[in-house]
Amino acid sequence: MAETLLDIRNLHIEATVYPAGEPAKDIVIVDDVSLILEKGKVLGLIGESGAGKSTIGLSSMAYGRGSIRLSGEVFLNGREILSSGSRGLRKLRGKEVTYVSQSAAASFNPAKRLMEQIVEAALEHGVASKAEAEKRAVQLFRELSLPNPETIGNRYPHQVSGGQLQRAMTVMALVPEPDLIVFDEPTTALDVTTQIDVLAAIKKAIQKTGVAALYITHDLAVVAQVSDEIMVLRNGAKVERNTAENIINSPQEDYTKALVSVRSIDHKEKKPSKNPVLVARGISAAYGNKVQVLKNISVEVHPGQTLAVVGESGSGKSTLARVLTGLLPPFEGTVTFAGRTLSRALPQRTKEDLRQIQMIYQMADTAMNPRQTVETIIGRPLGFYFGLQGKKRRERVLELLDEIEMGEGFLDRYPAELSGGQKQRVCIARALAAKPKLIICDEVTSALDPLVADGILKLLLRLQRSEDVAYLFITHDLATVKAIADSIAVMYQGSLVRYGSKSDVLAPPFDDYTDLLLSSVPEMRIGWLEEVLQNRKMESAGN
Amino acid sequence: MRIPISALIGLVLTAGFFLMAIFAPLIAPYEMAEVVGDVWEPRSAEHLLGTDNIGRDLLSRMIYGGRTTIIIATAATILSFTLGSFLGFTAAVIGGWIDQLMSRFVDLLMSIPTLIFALVVLSVMPVNTTMLILVMGVLDATRVYRLSRAVAVDINVQDFVEAAKLRGEKRGWIIFREILPNALSPLVAELGLRFIFAVLFLSTLSFLGLGVQPPDSDWGGMVKENKEGIVFGIGAALVPAAAIAALAISVNLVADWVLNRTSDLKGGRGG
Amino acid sequence: MSSILKLVSQRLALGLLLLLACSVLIFVGTQILPGDVAQSILGQSATPTALANLREELGLNDPAYVRYFSWLGGVLTGDLGTALSNGQEINAQIGLRLGNTLFLAFWAAVVAVPLAILLGLIAVRYRNRWPDKLISGLTLASMSLPEFFIGYVLIFFFAVKWRWFPSVATVYDSMSLWEKLNAIALPVTVLVLVVLAHMMRMTRAAILNVMQSAYIETAELKGLSAFNVIFRHAFPNAIAPIVNVVMLNLAYLVVGVVVVEVIFVYPGMGQYLVDHVSKRDVPVVQACGLIFAAVYIGLNLIADVVAIVTNPRLRHPK
Repeated sequence: MAETLLDIRNLHIEATVYPAGEPAKDIVIVDDVSLILEKGKVLGLIGESGAGKSTIGLSSMAYGRGSIRLSGEVFLNGREILSSGSRGLRKLRGKEVTYVSQSAAASFNPAKRLMEQIVEAALEHGVASKAEAEKRAVQLFRELSLPNPETIGNRYPHQVSGGQLQRAMTVMALVPEPDLIVFDEPTTALDVTTQIDVLAAIKKAIQKTGVAALYITHDLAVVAQVSDEIMVLRNGAKVERNTAENIINSPQEDYTKALVSVRSIDHKEKKPSKNPVLVARGISAAYGNKVQVLKNISVEVHPGQTLAVVGESGSGKSTLARVLTGLLPPFEGTVTFAGRTLSRALPQRTKEDLRQIQMIYQMADTAMNPRQTVETIIGRPLGFYFGLQGKKRRERVLELLDEIEMGEGFLDRYPAELSGGQKQRVCIARALAAKPKLIICDEVTSALDPLVADGILKLLLRLQRSEDVAYLFITHDLATVKAIADSIAVMYQGSLVRYGSKSDVLAPPFDDYTDLLLSSVPEMRIGWLEEVLQNRKMESAGN
Repeated sequence: MRIPISALIGLVLTAGFFLMAIFAPLIAPYEMAEVVGDVWEPRSAEHLLGTDNIGRDLLSRMIYGGRTTIIIATAATILSFTLGSFLGFTAAVIGGWIDQLMSRFVDLLMSIPTLIFALVVLSVMPVNTTMLILVMGVLDATRVYRLSRAVAVDINVQDFVEAAKLRGEKRGWIIFREILPNALSPLVAELGLRFIFAVLFLSTLSFLGLGVQPPDSDWGGMVKENKEGIVFGIGAALVPAAAIAALAISVNLVADWVLNRTSDLKGGRGG
Repeated sequence: MSSILKLVSQRLALGLLLLLACSVLIFVGTQILPGDVAQSILGQSATPTALANLREELGLNDPAYVRYFSWLGGVLTGDLGTALSNGQEINAQIGLRLGNTLFLAFWAAVVAVPLAILLGLIAVRYRNRWPDKLISGLTLASMSLPEFFIGYVLIFFFAVKWRWFPSVATVYDSMSLWEKLNAIALPVTVLVLVVLAHMMRMTRAAILNVMQSAYIETAELKGLSAFNVIFRHAFPNAIAPIVNVVMLNLAYLVVGVVVVEVIFVYPGMGQYLVDHVSKRDVPVVQACGLIFAAVYIGLNLIADVVAIVTNPRLRHPK
C-alpha cells in the first residue's frame, strides 16, 4: 500500500463575516470533511462557488484567509500541522507544500523580478543554493515551454502574459521540490486556448516530478484530465469521492450526475429563413480614433433562431453588441432590422426600434438598479413601451414571473435579496417584457455556476419556442454554443474567421483558429488532453 | 433597525445643540451683550459658567454664540451642498468639455489651501455674515463637487444605467430614478462631514478675528475674547472651544454610523 | 527610463502651470473683486482726494492685467513688493518668518510621521481588535477638535498649571537649538496631534491595501517570516502610498501652522499673514498666499513624482 502524505480528519472551518451596518456573525464554511491523499497522487476537489474547496485546499498548509478558523486534524507526512504553531508552519509552507493560485498576475509581487520570487522559498528553507535553484527554474521554464527560458526570469510580472505567468507560478511551486502542490483554479481566469497549454504544463510537471497535488476547480472536464481521483463537494460537505474514471463514467450521487451531464442540452438546428430579422453588413468600428476593434463584419440573425458569436477576450464580440444596439456607432457598415435600416447611433433610433432589440448582460448584479424592486424592474418596460399601469401592469409582471419560473413572492424583493440565477432570470423577464424580436445575450451564463447556467440556457430555449424571439448569443464557451446555436460566427482579433450554420461551422475542414478553439474546449472524458496535444495544427493563439 | 450606542449619543447631542440654537432667546438667562458682573467671575448659582472678559454671563453668551455658529455653518453647508452636488451631477451626466472645464477649475481652487484662500479673499472683502456664508459655501462646494461627480460617474457607467439608455429613457429619468437613489447614501453621510468642516472653519476664522465681528460672537470668537485669561489660569476660553469639539464629535458619530450603514451600495432595504 | 523622465517632467510642468494659475487666482481674488483696497485702507470716512491719491500711488488706475504682470514680474525676480501698512520690504520680513515656520513644521513632521506610521502599523496588526478600535476612536475625536481647543488645553495645563513649558513660543536667533525646541514644544505637540489622526488613518488604509494583496499571501505561503514578508514584499509596494499620505498631511500641516502660530504668538508666516489680513495689507497677503500655495502644490508634486518613480510598470516598461 502506498504511503499516506496528507490525512485530513473531521475538518471544520468557520469564519466571521462583517456585513455592512450589522453586527459580526460566524458562518460555517466547511463541515466535517475528511480525506486522505497518497504520495505522488493527484486528487481533484470539485464543486460550485461556496463549496469550500479552496478553503480545504489551503487547510493542507494550515492557512486560513481573513478571519477563518480551522478545527479538526490535518496530518502532513505524519505530523499534525493545525497545532504546530507559526514557527513550525513556516518550516513547512514553501518547502513541503506549495501553492499555485488562480491569478498569478496578482500573486507575483509587481516590484520584484520573477526569478527572485521563484527561488525565494528554496533559499529561505535552505533546500538549494541560489545557483542550483536558478538552474532548476530555468530547466523547468524549458520543460513548461516558456519562451526564452534563460532570460524570462529577469522580467517583471507585468512584462509577461497571463498564461506564461500561470506557468511561471507552477515553476515557483516546483522549485523547492515539495511533496504536495495545491493548485487553486489555476486555469479558470485564462482563455480556453491558453488554458490548454497551462493544463498540459501542469500535467507534465506533475508526471515528471512525481509530486502529489490537490487540484481545485469548478470545471469537471478540466479536473478529469489531471486527477487520479476526484472528490465532489457541495456547501462545505463531501458528496462523493471516487477515481476520476468512475466519477465521469458512472457517478453515484444525483448531484455528481448533474455535474457530469451539464452542457449536454439537446438542441436541433433550425434552417435559416428567407427574411432575416437582423442583418449587419460590413461593420467596422473603433474606440476613439485608435485601434480598430471590428473589421468588416457581416452576419444575419433569423427570426426565432440563435446566432452564437464566439471568441476569446479581445476578439471584438462584445463590441459587436455595442454596435448593434447603437451604443457605439460604426464608422462603416449598416445594420438592417426587419427590412429597415437602423440609425447608427442610439439617440436617433425610434422607441419602436429600441423596443425590438433588448439586451441581457453578463453581470445580472449590476444590470439591475439595486434600489428598485423586481416589480419596478420588470414593470418599467411595460409602462414605458405599452403604457400599462396599475393592476394591468401587475398582472403582466406576474405572468412574466411565471414564465421565468419565479412566483408572486418575488414582486417586492430587491436584487440584493435574489440568488445569482434568480437575478439573471429577472433580467430575462425585463427583456421579454418589451416583446422584442431580438435579444442580445452578452455572456449571460459565464458568471454563473454550471448547474445554474444550465437552467438559464434551458429557460432561454423554452422562451425562444414560446415567444418566437431571436437571440444573438455572445459567449466564449463553445459548450454553450453547441447547446443552443442555430448558426455560429467565430471571431478572432476583430475579424470574422468562420460563419455559417452550426453543422457547417462545427464540421471539418477547419481553418487553423477554429480548429484550435474547438480542440481546446475540455471534454468530459479521460485522455482527452493527450489526444488533443498530439493532433493540434496551430500553437496557442495568445498565451 | 438597531442604532449603536455611539450613534445614539451623537443623535441626542446633535439634536440638543440644534434645539438650543432654535430656542436660544427662551433658554438664555441673560441678554447676549448684557454686562451683568465683574470680569471673569468664577462659577456661581447666578452665573452657571461664570462671566467673560468684560463681565457678560458666559452661559447666555454660549447659547447665543452656539446659535450663530450653527446657523452660519448650516447655511454654508446647504449652499456648498446644493451648488456642489448640482454641478457635480451635471458634469458627470453631460460629460464632454463642460465636465472638463468645471473639473479643472475645481482642481485649481483646491490647489490652494482653503483657509489661505479664504484669508486672501477676506482681506479685501467686507466681513459680514453673508460674505462668510458665501466664501465658506463656495470653497467647500469644491469638495462636494468632487464627491458627487465621482459617485455619479461610478453609477453612470453601470449596466443598469446603460439598460435604461437602451430602453430609450429620457435624461430626467436617468438622473432622478436611476442615479440619484443610488447616490443618496454616500452624499447624506458626506453632509455631516461638510457640516463639521463648516463649524470648524467658521470657528477658526472667528478665532483669527476674521469671522463673526463684535459685538456679535460665535464660539470661535468667544475663544478669542477670553484667550487672555488662560495665562492667569482662567478657563473661560476653554468652554466655547470644548463646545465646538462636542458639536463636531456628535455630528461625526452620526455621520460615521450613516457612512457604515450605507457603505454597501448593493444593499436593498437593509436587514 | 525615458518614459519616467517624460512623465516626471510633464508632472513638473503641470505643477508650474498650476502655480501660475494660482497666482492669477490670488491676484484676481484680491484686486478685481468689488472691494477697493484704497477704501479699505483709509476706511469709510476717507476724503475723495485722499482716495484718488492713494489709488494713483498704488497703481490702481492701471488696467488689471498690467498690474498683474508687474506684480508677477516682481515675484519672479524675487521682489515681493512693500507692505502698505508699514512700508517695509516684504522680502526681508518673509525670509525670517518662513524660516521660523519651516522650523516649526519640520519638527512637527519629525515627530508625527514616524509616530503615525507606527500607529498605523499597529492598527493593521491588530485589525478589528481593541488597539485598532481605540486608535480609530481617537482619530474620530481628534478630527473633530479645533486646533485652538488642543492648544489652549495644553497651555492651560502644561504652561499655566504645571509650568513645564512657556505659553508663548518666542524664538530668536541667539537661542540655542535646545532652547528653541523647548520654546516650540507645545506648538509642535498641537500640530502633531492635529495631523496624527489623519495621517494614521490614511497610513492604515494604505498598508491594509498592500497587506491584502495576493502577493503577500504568496509570500506567507512560502513560509517567510513575518519580518521578511513585510520587509521584502510589502515595503517596496507601500512606499508610494505612504509617501503620498505623508505629503498630503504635510500640506495639511502647512495650514494648521497658521492657527497654531496665532495661538502661541509664534513669529512665523501664519501670524504674519493673519495680522496683515486684518490690516488689509494686500501686497503682504498676496505674497503669503502665493508662498503657502507654492508649498502646498510642491508637496503634492513630490507625492506624485514618488508614485511615478516607484511604479515598477513605468520603471521597467514592456
